[in-house]
Amino acid sequence: MPDLLTMRDVSVTYRTEGGDVPAVRGVDLALSRGEIVGLAGESGCGKSTLASTILRLQPPSATVTGQVLFEGEDVLTMSWGDLRALRWAGASMVFQGALHSLNPVRRIGDQIAEPIRVHSPETPDREVEARVGELLEQVGLPPTRARAYPHQLSGGQRQRVMIAMALACRPRLIVADEPTTALDVMVQAQVLDVLSALVHELGVGMLMISHDLSVLADLCDRIVVMYGGRVVETGPAEGVFGGALHPYAGALSAAFPRVGDPRARFAPSGLPGDPPDPAQLPPGCAFAPRCPRAIEECTRAVPELRSFGADRSAACIRVAS
Amino acid sequence: MSLATTPTTAVDSAEPRPRRRGYGRYVLSKVAGAVGSLLFMLVVSFFLFRVLPGDPARTLGRGRFTNPEQIEEFNRTYGLNESLPRQFLTYLQNTFSGDLGISLKYRVPVSDLLLDRMWPTLLLVGTSTILATVIGVWLGIRGAWNRGSTFDKASTGASLTLYSMPEWWLGLLLIAVFAVGWGPIPGIFPTGGLHSTDVDPSSLAGVLDTAWHLTLPVITLTLAYLADYALIMRSSLLDELGEDYLTTARAKGLRDIVVRNRHAVPNALLPTTTVIALSMGFIVSGAITVETVFSIPGLGLLGVEALEVPDYWVLQGTFLVAAAGVILANLAANLLYGILDPRVRT
Repeated sequence: MPDLLTMRDVSVTYRTEGGDVPAVRGVDLALSRGEIVGLAGESGCGKSTLASTILRLQPPSATVTGQVLFEGEDVLTMSWGDLRALRWAGASMVFQGALHSLNPVRRIGDQIAEPIRVHSPETPDREVEARVGELLEQVGLPPTRARAYPHQLSGGQRQRVMIAMALACRPRLIVADEPTTALDVMVQAQVLDVLSALVHELGVGMLMISHDLSVLADLCDRIVVMYGGRVVETGPAEGVFGGALHPYAGALSAAFPRVGDPRARFAPSGLPGDPPDPAQLPPGCAFAPRCPRAIEECTRAVPELRSFGADRSAACIRVAS
Repeated sequence: MSLATTPTTAVDSAEPRPRRRGYGRYVLSKVAGAVGSLLFMLVVSFFLFRVLPGDPARTLGRGRFTNPEQIEEFNRTYGLNESLPRQFLTYLQNTFSGDLGISLKYRVPVSDLLLDRMWPTLLLVGTSTILATVIGVWLGIRGAWNRGSTFDKASTGASLTLYSMPEWWLGLLLIAVFAVGWGPIPGIFPTGGLHSTDVDPSSLAGVLDTAWHLTLPVITLTLAYLADYALIMRSSLLDELGEDYLTTARAKGLRDIVVRNRHAVPNALLPTTTVIALSMGFIVSGAITVETVFSIPGLGLLGVEALEVPDYWVLQGTFLVAAAGVILANLAANLLYGILDPRVRT
């Protein structure tokens, strides 16, 4: 029984003028203390929406059903007071695009200190300042940068500030929503190094969201692959990246070859077609229209997640058990 | 956001940049701009009124000195027979030495006249601007944060109605209802003026009396301009609502009111500050019409009366004071902007 985060049958529906749009459909996900889980999938597959429910940050137009248990307590039904206490102190977030996720008119030091001041208001100012300096050093920035404004930092520095901010209250869980999307490859590697080193060192659990399966394979213990609002495959990171069961997971890992892997040089691969529009999902398996292995039966019923050995499951009727 | 997307390699290095120098340079450039504008206004204020139709000697003479020698004598006394460039040079010399000339109509130094008439206007415009800003910004914040609520609909509707009303018409309405009385409503406010004749203006009773006289004009000017501020504040805050840093602030566990006041409002204040600064010019022009409607002996009324002569030096003086007021208000807004938005000063 995972002790940190358990999501049971979580569905998120956006109410729009064109009707209800199911963004997430019945997802189960579990994360143990200190474990790093990767959540992979294309844009629009519902992975960010799913992550937003962990701190109940989904927009007001979204309806969430199911259970999101953080250390045994349901985030979706807890009181506002309990929720505020949980936010950032229990679980914090590293958002994508730190330029927009940081307030442009406030110093980064104040923004890092803010959650500390909110969650432990009795902390003396000098201690808060020392803690901010320490956090900045942990992510490789000189403590003097606390006086800088977000626009005075580079993209990689801003993302490292986001990481420092996420660590401010010593949370048990960090949700990193595409933390390196807006960065170039060199800076991306640097930020990922900082993030993974700190998470391992501090023993923090992390849910890392990315469309880049190779990044997740390097960093995570387990990987969950989503498509069209559902989980299509889960398993140990190496297993999913190296030998995917579900055709979509296979296509995703082939799309991000590991540098230096000779197999990738001779089998470059992409995936034709577009991800499904959650407002108009096809009947049966959502991936069937793009799937090279689809047969007629795939379009009849939504495939259930089936178990393939210990800690490994996939939702595809074409995979032999 | 164009500033924020420019490459930041220049400030990428770790050395902390001294903030004061950045803001000092910013202040200097803004002050220089304001001084430039003032000098330009000096030129405009001279030539603008010389092209007005009308002849002071004839208007003021009203048949008293009809023969050409007397008109000649009048013009020589006031230097009006000189060539225009020559008059301009004299005007510049006098202005820089603090001499704004002598009123043709009142026969007193213009500077004395201006000082005397400045206080009612300053009181009227100052009070109204502060009230309009505070109330308007508050309405805008509440409306935007609870978008679509009854409060939002009511305040937006009222703002649009007030926004489309000329202030002098609003003033006349208020006089008709609250000064003259309308139906069951008794006329409890004076129709115009600044003081009652039987009260000493410097006593406590006099201050209260002035406040009583200024109530309707201040309400008029406040209502006319708070609508503008409420609408602009509402739309700037609505622009901020979808921003990611607000999600960050919520995720940190801040209360909704703290997210609003500490994160959303400071960012939404930036466009509002600009609009308020720009509308200072309109407030001054609004003050002219409101002073006329309520017969308040301020700069506006002085200017309107001087226009009939035309009393060149008084016109130049009021124009200069009004322009200086607008330029100073803009300078203040610019300096405030530099404090509110760190991206502006670097």
